[in-house]
Amino acid sequence: MVVETTHYKTSEFLAYTAAKTLVDGKSIFVGTGLPLVAATFAQRSHAPNILVVFEAGGIGPRIPELPISVGGSFTFHQGIMAASMHDVMAFSQAGYVDFGFLGAAQIDMYGNLNTTVIGPHDLPKARLPGSGGANDVGSFCHQTIIMMYQDKRRFVNKLDFVTTPGYLNGPGAREKCGLPANTGPYRVITQLATYDFDEETKRMRLLTLHPGITVEQVQENSSFEILVPDKVGTTEIPTKEDIEILRSIDPYGVALG
Amino acid sequence: MEILKEGKGKRLGWHTPDEHRQYVMENKSRELIDKRMSIQEAVAKFVNDGDFIAFGGFGHVRVSMIAIYEIIRQGKRDLKAAGKTTVHDLDVLISAGCVTEVEPSYAFGHELRGLSPGSRRMVESGKCRVVAEISNAAFQWRWLAASLGVPFIPARNLSGTDTFEYSSSIIVKDPFTGQPITLIPAAYPDCVFIHVDRADMYGNAQIDGITIQDVELSRAARKLIITTEEIISNDEIRREPKRTTIPYFLVDGVVEAPFGSHPGEMPGWYYFDEEHIAEWLAASKDPAATEKYFEKYVFGVKDFEEYLELVGGIRKINQLKRIEKLAEKPEYPWVKKK
Repeated sequence: MVVETTHYKTSEFLAYTAAKTLVDGKSIFVGTGLPLVAATFAQRSHAPNILVVFEAGGIGPRIPELPISVGGSFTFHQGIMAASMHDVMAFSQAGYVDFGFLGAAQIDMYGNLNTTVIGPHDLPKARLPGSGGANDVGSFCHQTIIMMYQDKRRFVNKLDFVTTPGYLNGPGAREKCGLPANTGPYRVITQLATYDFDEETKRMRLLTLHPGITVEQVQENSSFEILVPDKVGTTEIPTKEDIEILRSIDPYGVALG
Repeated sequence: MEILKEGKGKRLGWHTPDEHRQYVMENKSRELIDKRMSIQEAVAKFVNDGDFIAFGGFGHVRVSMIAIYEIIRQGKRDLKAAGKTTVHDLDVLISAGCVTEVEPSYAFGHELRGLSPGSRRMVESGKCRVVAEISNAAFQWRWLAASLGVPFIPARNLSGTDTFEYSSSIIVKDPFTGQPITLIPAAYPDCVFIHVDRADMYGNAQIDGITIQDVELSRAARKLIITTEEIISNDEIRREPKRTTIPYFLVDGVVEAPFGSHPGEMPGWYYFDEEHIAEWLAASKDPAATEKYFEKYVFGVKDFEEYLELVGGIRKINQLKRIEKLAEKPEYPWVKKK
C-alpha cells in the first residue's frame, strides 16, 4: 500500500506526520531510527524549543547532523547537559518527559508492542534487539507516539512477545499493574493513517486517513478490528519546503531511504 | 513484602551485598599501584572462561573494541554477556563464538544500520542462548543496586509485560504505597572493560561527554579494566578532581589504547568507521565470510596497532577525526538504495 506520492516519499511523510504531533516547549525521549529524523525536523520547523532527550545521557542538543546512534556525540552537541543513562531514565520515571517515540515489529489493538522475538522465545524464528529503552519509554513517558509500517503481519491479534506496555488488556490494566498514572500510547502513525486510542475501551481508533487512503485499506492491513469514528480527518500533507528540510537532515537517506 | 510475581529469567551476576563486601576486602586494594599493562596481559589475567562480562559505553560509542578483539584472539569461551545497549561490540564477540549466554536489553541490532546478522544467527541456531530479558533502565539499575551495595532497586518499569516474565526481577506489594512495584536485583559482572578519554597509571579515569552507563557499571564491576585514549599524570588528575569519573580504587588494570574504540565512535576524538562496519555487516551475513573477517582482522594481526594499519592507518584515522569535528561529512556505505 503506497500513499499517492507527489513530492514526498512514504518515509518522509511518516517522519513529517510524527514530527507534527510534537508540541514546542515540551520534552521528547527519542529512540533510534525514523524518530531521530522526526525530532530533528520538529526542532528545525514548528518546535524550535522542544527539549530532546536521549537515553544515553544527551539532553537538549542542537543537533548538527543526523545522529547514527542515540548514544553518539551528536546527541549532546551544544547540549544543555551531557548526563548519563541513569539521569535520563530517572528524569523519565519522575515525570519530566512528556513524549516518547517508539517503533515496533508488532502492535496489537491496545498499543502493546513487540521488539523482542518472532516465534517462541527460547528458539525464535527471528531474534530482534529486545526492549532497549522501549519498555522504559512505554512505562514512564506521559504520551507515547508509535511510528511503524502497517500490514496484517505487524498489526496482530496477539503479539509473539509483549516487550513494551500499551494499555495491556484494557481500561484500568496499567494502573492495576502499578504503572505510572496517566501514561500510555497516544498516537500510532503508519504509512496509511494516524490513530489514537478510545478513552473507554483503550482500543486503537482511526484518527486521520492519509490522502488517497480508504477505511477499507486500513482495515485490510490489520488483523484486528480498528475502531472507526463517525468523523475521520485527512492527514496534513507536507509542503515542498518541509520535504527540503527533511532531506537536508538526512542527505544520505540513512533513515529516510 | 508480599511477592506478587516472579520473573523466570536467569539471575546473572548475582551476589549478596556481604559476598561483594568480602570480595572487595580481599581483592580490591586502596594502595597506589602502577596498574599499566598491555591488553594482552589484561585479558590473560582478568578474563576467565565462563565469566559474566560487561562492556561500558554504548555498543559502538566509546567501547573497548581493543579488548573485544583480544578476548577473541585469546580464545576465551563460554562467556555470559550483559547485552546492555550492545551494538557492534557484542555482535562481534557473539559471532566469534565466545559467548554462550546473554541477558539483552538491546543486542543483535546495529541501530540505524539494521539488525546484526552474525549474533542473530548464533541465537537463532541455538549456539548462544538468551537467558533473561530486561530493559535499558532496568539493567542500568541492576548496576545501580550493586553500586549501592544493596540487593535490589525498586522501579516502576517492566510491569505487565513478557519482558518482566523473562527477567530476573520480581514484583512485590510496596509497603509504602500499597501498589505493585518491580524489584530489580543487583548484578556484579566478573569482568568489565570501559574505554575512557584519560586515565593515570593508578586508574583514576576521566570521561568527557556523556558517561552513559559507566558511573554505576564501574562500581558494580568485580574486575575492572580501563582502556584509555591517553595516559596522564596523577598531578593532572589532582588539578581537576571534579573531572574524575572513576576513582583508582575501583580499577584493576589500565591499558593505554589510542583509537581503542575503532570502528566505534570516540566522542570528541574520532567518528564511527562506517566503511569498516559495512564490511563487517556484509561479512557477518555468511559463516565462512565471518571466519575470514576474523582471520584477517584478529588472528592475522600481531596486535591492535597492526589492525589499525590494516583498516586504513593514519589516513583513515585523520579522516575519522575530521568527521567527528564536523570538518568533513560522514558517508554511509551500508545504506540500501532503492
